[in-house]
Amino acid sequence: MSSSESSEPGKSKTIKVDYLARVEGEGSLYLKIRDGAVEDAKLKIFEPPRFFEAFLRGRDFREAPDITARICGICPVAYLMSACHAMESVCGVRVDGQLRALRRLLYCGEWIESHGLHVFMLHAPDFYGFDDAVAMAKAHPELVQRGLRLKKLGNAIMTALGGREVHPINIKLGGFYRAPRRRELDALRGELEWAREFTAVALARLKELEFPDFERDYEFMGLRHPSEYPLNEGRLVSSAGVDEPISRYDCVLREVHVAHSTSLQSRRVGGGPVHMGPMARYALNHDKLPPEVQQLARDAGLGARCQNPFQSVLVRMVEIAYAVHEAARIIAEYAEPDAPAIAVEPRAGTGYGATEAPRGVCYQRYTIDDAGVITDCKIVAPTSVNQAVIEEDLRVFAGARAELPDEQLRWQCEQAIRNYDPCISCSCHFLKLDVERV
Amino acid sequence: MPRKPRLAVFKFASCDGCQLSLLDCEDELLALAGELEISHFLEASSAVQDGPYDLSLVEGSITTPHDAARIREVRRQSRALVTIGACATAGGIQALRNFRDVREFTRIVYARPDYIETLERSTAIADHVPVDFELRGCPINKAQLLEVLVSFLRRKRPNIPSHSVCVECKRRGIVCLMVARGTACLGPVTHAGCGALCPSFHRGCYGCFGPAESVNTPALAERLEQLGVDRGHRLRLFRSFNANAPEFREESERHEQ
Ligand code: SF4
Repeated sequence: MSSSESSEPGKSKTIKVDYLARVEGEGSLYLKIRDGAVEDAKLKIFEPPRFFEAFLRGRDFREAPDITARICGICPVAYLMSACHAMESVCGVRVDGQLRALRRLLYCGEWIESHGLHVFMLHAPDFYGFDDAVAMAKAHPELVQRGLRLKKLGNAIMTALGGREVHPINIKLGGFYRAPRRRELDALRGELEWAREFTAVALARLKELEFPDFERDYEFMGLRHPSEYPLNEGRLVSSAGVDEPISRYDCVLREVHVAHSTSLQSRRVGGGPVHMGPMARYALNHDKLPPEVQQLARDAGLGARCQNPFQSVLVRMVEIAYAVHEAARIIAEYAEPDAPAIAVEPRAGTGYGATEAPRGVCYQRYTIDDAGVITDCKIVAPTSVNQAVIEEDLRVFAGARAELPDEQLRWQCEQAIRNYDPCISCSCHFLKLDVERV
Repeated sequence: MPRKPRLAVFKFASCDGCQLSLLDCEDELLALAGELEISHFLEASSAVQDGPYDLSLVEGSITTPHDAARIREVRRQSRALVTIGACATAGGIQALRNFRDVREFTRIVYARPDYIETLERSTAIADHVPVDFELRGCPINKAQLLEVLVSFLRRKRPNIPSHSVCVECKRRGIVCLMVARGTACLGPVTHAGCGALCPSFHRGCYGCFGPAESVNTPALAERLEQLGVDRGHRLRLFRSFNANAPEFREESERHEQ
């Protein structure tokens, strides 16, 4: 699985992990160190290509949400929502009121589930020194069990609204096939109350973890909305001053196809790699968190921004707390809408959708004709944007630790990748390359 | 103490949703891990052990020459091999390439098509190696996944009915959408397993579980036409997540111009 070798003894070494574990999808790590300096650091992605953008052409515009959902089983809601928003923007439709609130609720479910999975099952074992959550459960049963219970709550929200946790079936352009009944949502209130308490307890535990001393001055990028912490809507902003409507996404970020990776990588036009996801959202929207969630973050030792990617585990936990808070608010204010959806009739044009997937901005652009046939589309997953920043992290991080024993260095570098919860399965662009063997 | 059966999970071209269903068994996961040794499950664990494995769950379809070789190795290492989900059992949504020119697809998505290595068709695992059991769905139903795992532990055949979604509707007392509302629905020809999920949300079945046993797709297509579903729509209904399942494939081809 992993190996290291020295070609010139004492001078140069290569650290490799052929199949990264505890990430979604398939990727590998490649690190070349010469004379104590990192010469090359790569997160290689070799998911087979699935060609979503190609076979969406010719499909009906109403099919885009369900089809793009199949890009990723971990964040289907992100794809469903970005596709819906993009199509609605082409057709001049705005979804408001309770239907909009229900979409936020659905997204809260995905954040709780996906972040919960990452915090307790994929990331925490790194800090506690276990191979996986099952092994960790033997030493810390209450933490893992309650983490699973939290994750299950996220799934319960998605199931109540969407019918099932992976690839929910109840979402369509304009809203839902059937709006949930009051009592179906009320049934979630007890668990949400429990989760509110547990998120505070979990943060108190997690802040005691030992975090490597590592900070970087990232350009954070994400959505920003005038009145809420962003889920479904907002402008595309960055800590370096970008502030554009999402229809300008393609002018802000450019994709390059690099040979070592099977995904297209993004860079900011006129800038470098950008960092998306929980740490970016938090830094850009800290002021939009409700006071009690801000207090939780402070209690966990977080300032208004966090620049240590290893502490993303804390930021994710803060975002879970926010999602729990927001879900409870939406359910408390819920009134069954008159109709489960508003009509969306096709009209020719191009539309844009960008929403905050657990790992960062999920962007989709579609052009459709008068009959609603898709003639062109583009999909960018947050992990393909983060890939460049992950490689930079690896270079800087490993550079300062080149003298560590290989085994330890490899473990810590894997962890540096997992900090981003990379979702390699978001493989709309990904293809198979022969992995270069060194 | 007898040795615990060794479980492995492998991924090919897929979205991870079906293997995630295993981690979504929040109530059962730790108990299961007590009865099985999870020997290879990259998404969940860094502890990776070599085969042979007693049971391998395989997600995803075969789309590259490398994967076509890898699945044969997985088969060699597995006493029992169960495929999970539409990708593994029918080629998945990525099998839409099978109806088009994959080189053109590559040019649409990638600036540098020369970096890409891919097969012309996305195919089911069973097209490459013998499979002991196929679990349907896009995604699979996690209760059915547990049934497969528990049956395996008890050395009996899993109880997974192969009738249509229609039967599930009748069992749940759901009023037929096609009769009552004239909604296009693939329920009559789709394999059971979801528990008639879409109809319970007033949505017509869209075929996640692929064809049921001995189905009459032309009869359904005719009924859809009577309901006013146009040719293109009929074609697309049969050509989605299970497009390459023979029954759906043939039906969709009947609606080509
Ligand atoms: S069958 Fe569907 S849910 Fe399962 S891996 Fe394939 S695309 Fe994902």
